[in-house]
Amino acid sequence: MKADSEGVRTGIHYLDGDRAAAEGAIAAGCRFFAGYPITPSTESAEHISERFPQVGGIFIQMEDEIGSITAVIGAAWGGARSMTVTSGPGISLMMENIGLAAMLETPCVIANVQRGGPSTGLPTMVGQADVMQARWGSHGDYEIIAYAPESPQEAFDLTVKAFNMSERYRTPVIVLLDECVGHMVEKVTIPEADEIEIEPRRLTKAPIGEYLPYAYGEDLVPDMALAGMGYRFHVTGLTHDERGYPDMSEACQEWLVPRLLEKIRANADDIIQFVEEDTEGADVVVLSYGISARVSRLAIQMAREKGLKVGFLRLQAVWPFPEKRIAELAKQIRSFVVVEINLGQIFYEVQRCAAGQCETLLSPHAGGGVHRPENILKVIEKGAKAK
Amino acid sequence: MSPKGVPEAVIAAVSADEHPIAPFLRMDRMPHIWCSTCGIGTTVKALASAFEKVGTDLDKVAIVSGIGCTGRVAGYVKLDSFHSTHGRSVPFATGLKLANPELDVICFSGDGDLVAIGGNHFIHAARRNMDLKIICVNNFIYGMTGGQVAPTTPLTALTSTTPYGNAEPPFNLCHLAAACGANYVARWTALHVRRLTKTFAEMLVKPGFCFVEIITPCSTLYARKNRLGTGLDVMKYYHDNTVIEHGADPATTDIVFGGPIICGKFVERDRPTWLDYQDHYLGEKLGEKYQRGRMLQEACER
Amino acid sequence: MKQEIRITGFGGQGIILAGVIVGKAASIYAEKNATMTQSYGPEARGSSCSTQVIIDEQDILYPYIRESDVLVALSQEGYAKFVGELKPGGTLIYDEDLVNLGEAKKDLKLFPIQAQRIAETDLGRRIVTNIVMLGYFTAASEAVPKEAMIEAIKTSVPKGTIELNLQAFERGYDEHAQRQGKK
Repeated sequence: MKADSEGVRTGIHYLDGDRAAAEGAIAAGCRFFAGYPITPSTESAEHISERFPQVGGIFIQMEDEIGSITAVIGAAWGGARSMTVTSGPGISLMMENIGLAAMLETPCVIANVQRGGPSTGLPTMVGQADVMQARWGSHGDYEIIAYAPESPQEAFDLTVKAFNMSERYRTPVIVLLDECVGHMVEKVTIPEADEIEIEPRRLTKAPIGEYLPYAYGEDLVPDMALAGMGYRFHVTGLTHDERGYPDMSEACQEWLVPRLLEKIRANADDIIQFVEEDTEGADVVVLSYGISARVSRLAIQMAREKGLKVGFLRLQAVWPFPEKRIAELAKQIRSFVVVEINLGQIFYEVQRCAAGQCETLLSPHAGGGVHRPENILKVIEKGAKAK
Repeated sequence: MSPKGVPEAVIAAVSADEHPIAPFLRMDRMPHIWCSTCGIGTTVKALASAFEKVGTDLDKVAIVSGIGCTGRVAGYVKLDSFHSTHGRSVPFATGLKLANPELDVICFSGDGDLVAIGGNHFIHAARRNMDLKIICVNNFIYGMTGGQVAPTTPLTALTSTTPYGNAEPPFNLCHLAAACGANYVARWTALHVRRLTKTFAEMLVKPGFCFVEIITPCSTLYARKNRLGTGLDVMKYYHDNTVIEHGADPATTDIVFGGPIICGKFVERDRPTWLDYQDHYLGEKLGEKYQRGRMLQEACER
Repeated sequence: MKQEIRITGFGGQGIILAGVIVGKAASIYAEKNATMTQSYGPEARGSSCSTQVIIDEQDILYPYIRESDVLVALSQEGYAKFVGELKPGGTLIYDEDLVNLGEAKKDLKLFPIQAQRIAETDLGRRIVTNIVMLGYFTAASEAVPKEAMIEAIKTSVPKGTIELNLQAFERGYDEHAQRQGKK
């Protein structure tokens, strides 16, 4: 299905990443937003509060982030495409209910504009240290989808994609912006509505009385009913059977939880998105995401001027992780250089996937700014000498 | 009339193969987990009767619960029902209601869930006058976790975490709801089934934030720890100590250990709901540009 | 050619809007790439405030200033903080009523103006100081074409103030020619 033309602000805009993500959400059909103000994400909420009453959306500023994410989940079951936007402390507060969204298999989108942490940290300054939290933040086993844009344009594009994936796989999807991308203002081109593909909600067509909320088919994703459709269904955050009824047994846990993971893992190729440049014949592949990926490219240019053979792998989807591709590349190169604004998170994932086939080096940054390209260059030079 | 003066209908009901509210329940989930003499079942029955009385379209009702003994209601009623996380029934219900205002959204939760961990959501939903019906089963204690002190436990009462007696003043929930802006506030005990049913029926047709508190026995924990006797003894206590005072100032309805329980309808007013405010105010500000939420359209067009 | 521009002043002077206009003019109306960022502090008003605009024909990989080509200063504090990042031979545009250069770096192209005074006395509205400054900046730096700046102003300032802002822009723009003529 195509985007609703009333909501799509087709044209060329000069927008920051926060607002571009908000426009992406609106274009993707998001019509419910619940949020709580937190720097550096407020521009998104402000933008939506202005836009929503004119496109048939509902904006509500809740009393905290816990209320925000829970209202977003409730709204999804009422039929809305729904979203919240937050940052560090807020995303920490949301974690329990992100788990609820995963457990109930609720399509919804959470944007986290990452700032420096831990705790209150650097509210107005950049960080990328919530990447592992995005993957593992809520208790229990589950898989998540997360996209990391490197520009306002991509904040728009990947937010649309986040909504589509959340619908296709009935799962919460996180858009991992960072303060730099969130606050940087650049040209953003918003296409015509009929050029934006929208994934329809997977609504059940079962006759009343025959609907089973968690019965699934080949793609492992159950069809959804909404409150008010007449199915009188039940869903719970407890371990549940295909009727949605609680079943606190080892057997039911074994029936349910592996599928929650597998529906993402088995479809990883459909979800994963990355940009690969000049990896053929490279000695070093720089792997990065978000704002760090842009800065890395500058370092790569500098390295090439020095005659080094450097390829580039930019993750647009951070989760699920492109394990296969990294394992393949590891066999062909001397080293990976991971550039991220944290002290080693995705670095360990790359190391795990490379499985000793090549060196994995980290170009770390504690946060509060972006890497100096010279510092990345030093790590690339080291990586070029590996093995 | 049958021999013992019991109406025929009652004989028929109790001797029938099916309980009269069975159509309202997920009978495939029976028996429920609640203790005998617990007041939650009574409250569920009263709600079912109120639906019947009002003629509610049950396809358009959603029940949202948090966690705890009362939180299990969502799993037993044969309605669209959501068993969410601890304390979050109100924000979940807020999202659900705003996404589809056609729904009658009812939060069915216990005191600990609603006003301890969920207290912030509760007061803000009341302030907004969100169009939600809040049913609070108040048994003065955390039941499911084993009888710990709650924000409703009366001073001096014994619980598993106040072994020397509770030294914290409790909330008066009706006063709290009223002060925060609820449109409708009432309290009954689990003994007052007919009155409670009538209150539920009023609540179902009343727009805005409606709060009904039901004082119920927890004979397994609260009554046992405080030597209040059996469930029946607690019901007798309700019978002997309830003071019905409609229109009472909620500030005067505090519950004291061993004291009277003031019941009745305390507040009924007509503050505009959150959505009414939005429509009115944004409509005025934006004129023709204003579009009310129309999220369900896509679902209806399936 | 890559241009790294910083505009600085204090909160309330319209510094951020000035940055948006420059960036928008370059990226939307002059078909270059332009990345605008701003420094954020916890204070809402009165504190030092600055915006950075990087303009380039190529992709902008590093979004912040490494060595600025142009510094536009509307406050002493901002000037003191950022004059050091100007490259040798760089362009310093400043309000001479608000900024005392002191011992200025020798190797700079200096462009003084009394933007705030012009806004107050000639245009009757102090609030357009930033736009007067942008007019002057456009003429002095030649970083962005004049027509592009005018388009960007039209789509960035509140409707109803477009005329006033365009007047302010032209006034600042002309000030450059006047001052050059006097030399």
